[in-house]
Amino acid sequence: MELPFDRELHELNERLLTMGSLAEQAVHRALQAFQTRDATLAAQVRDSDNVLDRLEVEVDERAMVLLSKAPLARDLRMVTMAMKISQNLERIGDEAAKIAKRARALAHEPPVRLDVDLTPLALEARSMLKASLDAFVQRNPEAARALIPRDQGVDVAHKSIREKLVAHMQARPETIPQCLEVLTVAKCLERIADHATNIAEDVVYLCEATDIRHVGKAAADTTGS
Amino acid sequence: MEIDPPALQSAGSPATPVSLTGSRVQSVAPTPAGANPRLIQIEAYDFFYGNHQVLHQVSLDIPERHVTALIGPSGCGKTTLLRSINRMNDLIEGAHHRGDIRIRDQSIFDPHLEVIALRKRIGMVFQKSNPFPKSIFENVVYPLRVAGVRQRSILEETAERCLRAAALWDEVKDRLHTSALGLSGGQQQRLCIARAIANEPEILLMDEPCSALDPVATARIEELILELKQRYTIVIVTHNMQQAARISDYTAFFYLGRLIEAGPTHRIFTSPKNKQTEDYVTGRFG
Repeated sequence: MELPFDRELHELNERLLTMGSLAEQAVHRALQAFQTRDATLAAQVRDSDNVLDRLEVEVDERAMVLLSKAPLARDLRMVTMAMKISQNLERIGDEAAKIAKRARALAHEPPVRLDVDLTPLALEARSMLKASLDAFVQRNPEAARALIPRDQGVDVAHKSIREKLVAHMQARPETIPQCLEVLTVAKCLERIADHATNIAEDVVYLCEATDIRHVGKAAADTTGS
Repeated sequence: MEIDPPALQSAGSPATPVSLTGSRVQSVAPTPAGANPRLIQIEAYDFFYGNHQVLHQVSLDIPERHVTALIGPSGCGKTTLLRSINRMNDLIEGAHHRGDIRIRDQSIFDPHLEVIALRKRIGMVFQKSNPFPKSIFENVVYPLRVAGVRQRSILEETAERCLRAAALWDEVKDRLHTSALGLSGGQQQRLCIARAIANEPEILLMDEPCSALDPVATARIEELILELKQRYTIVIVTHNMQQAARISDYTAFFYLGRLIEAGPTHRIFTSPKNKQTEDYVTGRFG
């Protein structure tokens, strides 16, 4: 028997799945717009960001209604994690919108050849986002845990790109406007991977009621002190 | 049966200090200094009404000066267990038990123990308030009168102390000698709490004390329970999950006469280990 409360939880879950799908699509389109200098595609990303913003507000409203019914145990975890996951998805939408904006700006600059390849970073950030959403859909804490260490690789790749771009700007100052745009896009990809990691941590809490946030950092701080 | 060590643990487990290591959420109150983590020890306790067994091998330790909530669907045996602690079930014909309940390491079934003396150590508050058809003052001091206390100053001092402890003094101090039956339902329940603590018991048993009260009166009783636990060990039966979450430090879930899971309340209500507990607290059954 499905309780009215179950139906409302199901609807909350559906909204999150819609947000996840829109966020993935926004990142994909933004990167495509960036690579192909496609201003029309970039505009579409901005529109989908507005939808994500509205959905985030809707998820919060639905969650507040559900919280007023005093859910407990897995229901309580679902409602609170829904609010956190939707916030991360909305921010992923913001990062995609930023990439699209940089794509539009870059379209007005003369093309330059840069010895920097964003593709591996972009592929990894997208792959992490997909993996985090799959873990949420399947309620798979193992898959979520497996994703988390990948964030360090993204940080390393981002740092390497930033160093190359700084060197490039020093060597060829006339390319600074283009380099700054690429630098911003690299930062957006690094943030998308961070949000995917946050979602993975939320999935672990949702499934296991274990808070794994900052555990590695806390252990490192203890070891260091 | 799943029981979190050490505050609520199965019989025979080694007692270890209360620790919530690994959790960032503290229990409602830290363990008071010197509090006995095993004030009440329920050991392999079976209970029967005639041939009908209603409790099966219940083993549970209840810590001193904390609130422990007993939850579970109707008929799960939680009230029977509560009434076993002060041997109220002795009054039921054909009722018998196996196993033991110990308070401060002394069996409550010890043939040398006087049941009246035991019940003086344990106050009880029932679902429906039950003031006597007497004045407010006489209701509070009734246990002292029964014990033979006649000295007016002691009776007056006790009445004021207990009514203050029950957060009722300011509302009734000017009409102490009027009928208790003229009080509101919430006030009557607080009067019963005042009466229950008149004998300075160690333990307060509460059987759904707020189920007949409105939200404001309920909030006052809950606030009172949180104050009373500084001095008393409180065991409460409740069907209200949110109430258990608000006021109890530990929760024990019963189903079909068996203890299914026990542990710190914040854990039972956010991440129960047992599926039956999860289904019950989320309203899927019961």
